[in-house]
Amino acid sequence: MLHNTAQASPALNVVALVSVGAHPSSGRARRAEQDARAVELGLRLAGEQLEVLHAGDPQQPALRSYLGMGLQQLHVIEQPAQADVISALHDYLQDSDAQLILTGSQAETGEGSGMLPFLLAEQLGWPMVVGLTEVEHIGNGIAQVLQALPRGQRRRLKVRLPFIASLDNAAPAARQSAFGPARRGELLSHAAEANPDALLSESPLQPARPRPKRLKIITAKTGAERMKAATAKASGGGGQIIKGDSPEAGAEAIFKLLVDEGVLR
Amino acid sequence: MSEIIRRDPHAEWIARNRLHPLHATLQKSPERWMSAAGVVRKNPHAVGFIGPEGIKRIDRSGAQSASAGKRSAAPAAVQLPLHRVEQPAFHICVVPDMVGGRLSSHDKDLLGLARSLAGNNGAVLAIIFAEHKEQAFDTAGVDRLMHFTDDSLAGYSPELRVLALSAVEAQLKPRHWLLPDSRNGGGELGRRLAAKLSERPATRVWQVADGQCIGRAGAGREDSQRALPRLILAAAECASPVSETRHECLAMATPENLAHGLPRIEDCGAVAVDPALIPMAEAEFILSGGNGVSDWTQFHQAAEILGATEGASRVAVDDGFMPRNRQVGATGTWVTARVYLAVGISGAVQHLQGIGACDKVVAVNKDANCDMVKRADLSVIGDSAAILGALIARINAHRHGGIRDAA
Ligand SMILES: Cc1cc2nc3c(=O)[nH]c(=O)nc-3n(C[C@H](O)[C@H](O)[C@H](O)COP(=O)(O)OP(=O)(O)OC[C@H]3O[C@@H](n4cnc5c(N)ncnc54)[C@H](O)[C@@H]3O)c2cc1C
Repeated sequence: MLHNTAQASPALNVVALVSVGAHPSSGRARRAEQDARAVELGLRLAGEQLEVLHAGDPQQPALRSYLGMGLQQLHVIEQPAQADVISALHDYLQDSDAQLILTGSQAETGEGSGMLPFLLAEQLGWPMVVGLTEVEHIGNGIAQVLQALPRGQRRRLKVRLPFIASLDNAAPAARQSAFGPARRGELLSHAAEANPDALLSESPLQPARPRPKRLKIITAKTGAERMKAATAKASGGGGQIIKGDSPEAGAEAIFKLLVDEGVLR
Repeated sequence: MSEIIRRDPHAEWIARNRLHPLHATLQKSPERWMSAAGVVRKNPHAVGFIGPEGIKRIDRSGAQSASAGKRSAAPAAVQLPLHRVEQPAFHICVVPDMVGGRLSSHDKDLLGLARSLAGNNGAVLAIIFAEHKEQAFDTAGVDRLMHFTDDSLAGYSPELRVLALSAVEAQLKPRHWLLPDSRNGGGELGRRLAAKLSERPATRVWQVADGQCIGRAGAGREDSQRALPRLILAAAECASPVSETRHECLAMATPENLAHGLPRIEDCGAVAVDPALIPMAEAEFILSGGNGVSDWTQFHQAAEILGATEGASRVAVDDGFMPRNRQVGATGTWVTARVYLAVGISGAVQHLQGIGACDKVVAVNKDANCDMVKRADLSVIGDSAAILGALIARINAHRHGGIRDAA
């Protein structure tokens, strides 16, 4: 199953950037959902050649669950907690021969602003594709890829190599992590300069407060209007009604609306 | 406001004819008057009016005057007060998503936030790129509108759009940039702009107050609170939309010295996706069938030709014509389609609840008085099979015509 996708380009150098995730209800450290999808896509594209990179604590046990996806090793750029890892990643990647960098679109821990791939792309001067789901074809230094759009839609893009792509939940689901490979895999750590994040240290994150529910505000001036607003059924009027015409005339009107709304392809 | 006086000759004739049984009801008797003794007298019978069911109704809101002698056309919609910004001290730039060419509710919330940041001296500048169909920029709180009409910016062109926005930045130095943190392009464009301008944005912001903003962090289990930065990517419902004022919506010229970079990403257009695989709650265009659909083969054919995701009312599901996971409504899926085409569905409340978030509803029904027709933006009254058949034929003609044009 994997062989036909891996043949797309055997010589493609793919790097997947991974972070440490948090379980949505317990908050326990785990592999991050979107980053695991990045590893999955990377494995499909480059197979064994995939390089997986993390900037942070090399002792973090949750990193092993990426190894459990079938990786021999995982590179870790040593960074203290709450450091700004962009410059460390930039320095590392600039010296590498990566052609495609895959990331998740938002980290599950920390600020999670989703800025990392954009900042890396800006600093490396590479193009950046958001919501990658599939690399269809690579040739002549140009990749043809599919991008996920809201509402399950897809868009085809052509982008020059090298580029950075972020993946969201529309990308292919990650394979399971197996225990044996997770134990056997190696975590290779590289030393790098740390760059503390001033903003995060001066205003640390707080537990999320529930957001206030938006109330249905009724700006009625009188009691009668308020009563009407509270009890009114689906408001009539406003709609155009085509009655007594031939079915063709009705179909024409529907057709026109569909074309105006741009839902008809 | 035009107040056209309508005459009712029949009522006038009754009022002249003292022998007519209804003569007394048309004589205007005053509701209250001063008696000779100087006491205020009231006639309780003169208050109120006869409602549609023949029952006397008293409306104390003052909206309806008792058995008014003159009938006039319905009053025109009230005009909201106009908020003017002659010489804006600063600008708040908003780049709305304009999904389907209109302001989404997220965009309107964002404009509401921009409005509150602009106060009395600032101007809210909305920047849009492609053709639009929006007519309510003024009531949404847009003081200035900048419309890039360049063709190269119309499609998916994030890199060129960022260049255009940087030109605006260089020209106006806006106090804040506000973009929707959405998957419809705003989240991407905002982050690209942030990287370009080297501004650290506040993302997923859901509250802005007193120069501070709070946004969700991580996977949503944490909040990050910080001083309000220049670039804000705000979540939906970050503020309430503008509702009480009207704004000038003056057109503003686009910057002239647009840098024309070579885009490194080429858009090859949308890819056909099997509509049946799109989850119903997410589908953009739904063709939904109910008890009024007689020919289900034709219905499926229509869905295929329209490229629509199929939905159904509960009756259609209960009768076994559609699978249970296709049911729309209170006990089914709450859909968010932009266009919802309801064929032979009466519009029971349980069904209407499920389509509350739909933008445009089209009804095809035999019965012009059913609730679905009241909800719909366009209703076609007639037999569902005939209309679906005509629609299929119309689209086929369009497609083949299109192919012939291309050839
Ligand atoms: C607890 C509860 C939960 C429910 N939840 C849901 C729910 O989640 N979703 C849901 O859909 N329903 C739900 N219902 C059922 C709901 O109340 C209605 O019974 C149902 O929606 C009606 O479906 P319908 O409009 O298809 O059928 P009908 O009410 O029978 O309407 C058929 C319509 O088709 C028109 N028609 C008939 N023949 C033709 C023709 N040849 N051409 C054109 N038009 C024609 C008729 O004029 C009529 O308007 C629920 C009910 C209950 C009690």
